[in-house]
Amino acid sequence: MPPVATGVTKRFGDRVALRDVSVSVEPGELLAIIGPNGAGKTTLLSILAGILRPDAGELGRPAREIGWVPQQAAVYGKLSVRENLKLFARLEKVPDPDAVVARMLEQTGLAERADDELGTLSGGNRQRVNIAVGLLSDPPVLLLDEPSSSLDPRQRERLWEFVDARAHANGTAVIFTTHNVAEAERWADRVLVLADGEVIFTGTPAELRAAESDAAEDFEGAFVRFLRERGH
Amino acid sequence: MRWLLLKDLQILRRSKLLLALLVIYPIAIALLIGIALSRGPDKPKVAFLNAVPIGQTVTNIGGEDVDFARYADQFFEAIDPVRVKTRAQAIEKVKDGEALAALIIPADTVDRLNGGLGQAQVEVLYNGDAIKQSFVESTIDAELAKANAALSAKIRDVAVTDLRVLTEGGRITTPLGSEDLLGLERAKALLEQALDELPADLPARSGLEQVDDFANQALIGLRFATPALNAVSEPVTVKKTVLSGQRTALDDFAVVLAVAVSLLFIAVLLASGVLALEREEQAYGRLVRGLVSKSGLLAEKVLLAAVCSGIVALLMLCGIGALTGVDWARFGQWLAALAAGALGCSALGVAIGAVAREVRAASLLGLLLALPLAFLALVPSGSVSSGLYDVIRVVNGAFPFKPTLQALDAAVNGADPGLLVSVLHLLGLALGFGALARLALRRF
Repeated sequence: MPPVATGVTKRFGDRVALRDVSVSVEPGELLAIIGPNGAGKTTLLSILAGILRPDAGELGRPAREIGWVPQQAAVYGKLSVRENLKLFARLEKVPDPDAVVARMLEQTGLAERADDELGTLSGGNRQRVNIAVGLLSDPPVLLLDEPSSSLDPRQRERLWEFVDARAHANGTAVIFTTHNVAEAERWADRVLVLADGEVIFTGTPAELRAAESDAAEDFEGAFVRFLRERGH
Repeated sequence: MRWLLLKDLQILRRSKLLLALLVIYPIAIALLIGIALSRGPDKPKVAFLNAVPIGQTVTNIGGEDVDFARYADQFFEAIDPVRVKTRAQAIEKVKDGEALAALIIPADTVDRLNGGLGQAQVEVLYNGDAIKQSFVESTIDAELAKANAALSAKIRDVAVTDLRVLTEGGRITTPLGSEDLLGLERAKALLEQALDELPADLPARSGLEQVDDFANQALIGLRFATPALNAVSEPVTVKKTVLSGQRTALDDFAVVLAVAVSLLFIAVLLASGVLALEREEQAYGRLVRGLVSKSGLLAEKVLLAAVCSGIVALLMLCGIGALTGVDWARFGQWLAALAAGALGCSALGVAIGAVAREVRAASLLGLLLALPLAFLALVPSGSVSSGLYDVIRVVNGAFPFKPTLQALDAAVNGADPGLLVSVLHLLGLALGFGALARLALRRF
């Protein structure tokens, strides 16, 4: 698969938010973008999603080939689950909206709640609808911006199981940002560490842990030490 | 755009409270304005003390009985009298707020009018409420002016009659009784006849000739007296001419004002709200990353608000029109004015929504802007300084309410500056505010 982004730079005034960032991901792979607050994770994801324009660099895919799931559920609380999915399917110009919506309801386990207004659903279910909207056009790449940040542990588990199954079953490449490094270690095939707008590590979680000598330390401790030793 | 439009209608249909507020609130305001403009205020309550003794309200002017109680009755057509028996009671009624003012007619009023004691004087007491005082003061002043005018007309008529009798002769009535007067003209004729018959060298002739000259001068002077008396009783009369434009009756103007206010409120609040809602629901980012263009999104919101506000305004116009009897032959022009007004106001709404970014902030901003706009559009020229009025004109021209009002007035009542000018103005404003909204979406 070609790189999703090559040499991307983004400035906000005098501040450089991203500097020469390149991202690549393989079909079926889960790539976690981790880093401290203000590292540029959401900016990078917004550029990959086509919401922000980079000042320099190239994007490997047009926005319509990328599914995007924002951090907050970007769906309408006054519409039912089915109406939300059908609306976005129509806007995405999906060939058979009804069939796609039915399949998505089945895959997300929301068929029984299909006619409930979204405002009446739990945070976990709303996030599932949010992700389902991102998957309606069956994109080869799916972007998730901190998808589990507002969920309880049980909901997080169900969410990642769904995303993981989808990635491996359909070959969808998933790029997600998270503050929860343990979640990244558990579900990501690869992590990309971003700090002050620069990529300072790309590799598997095991490789990131191996970069630090103390084998007894947990992944989060290793990650914090990794950042501190590099001045972040 | 079609799917977004249907989505917004679906959301509106389910937001029953919002829908009810959007429709009922502006209609209630519009109807209140309409009623306030088309109906005069209720009669103010005024404590009334007539201290003139019963049976002494009639006086005789030039032989004609004039009952001053009749003039008091005329007062009661404009005020709601609260009759009291003493001055203290009158003061108490005003202090308690039971009456806005007190009108006291002193016991010597008729005597003074009869001329014995100088000018008659009535007493008016007000409470301290500035607005109410102004209202009741102007009412009482107006009624007093009417009474004064009626009395002076009566006195003028008597004076003119007496002058005629003095000139031509006839019966005259005074407080001392009725007398037959010879009249200056007949006196002069008799005098001239006597002078013709007297010898030219008679010494008394010189004195009689002076009396004849005096009678002649008096007749000339009295011929000017009648028009002079008319002029004094009504020094200025008014000839009314409308120089430009078609004057719209207040009732008819109230109809278009009520409709325009509704249109403004619904269009602005709806357009700003539905646009800001896209951001609040976090859906904006998802929509504009290829599903719909930013301009398309704005156009959809303008169309939605314009259609909804236009329909409500049309129903209002038809409803009020059915009651007040408007010209239904102009229905096509109504539609054109409503469409242009709805587009202009909706474009203003999306600009507000794009700037405010949150539904509550957008609604607040919409209200804060719509209320003064409606107020400024009603400020008449001449009521403020010319510089300030020029500023108001610029503000009115820069926002769509006044042009909407003018378009509706032209469409419904055929008023100037004409429908086409107002419609073009509104379409220009719609494009301008649309561009402003598009610019504001950069930081949406």
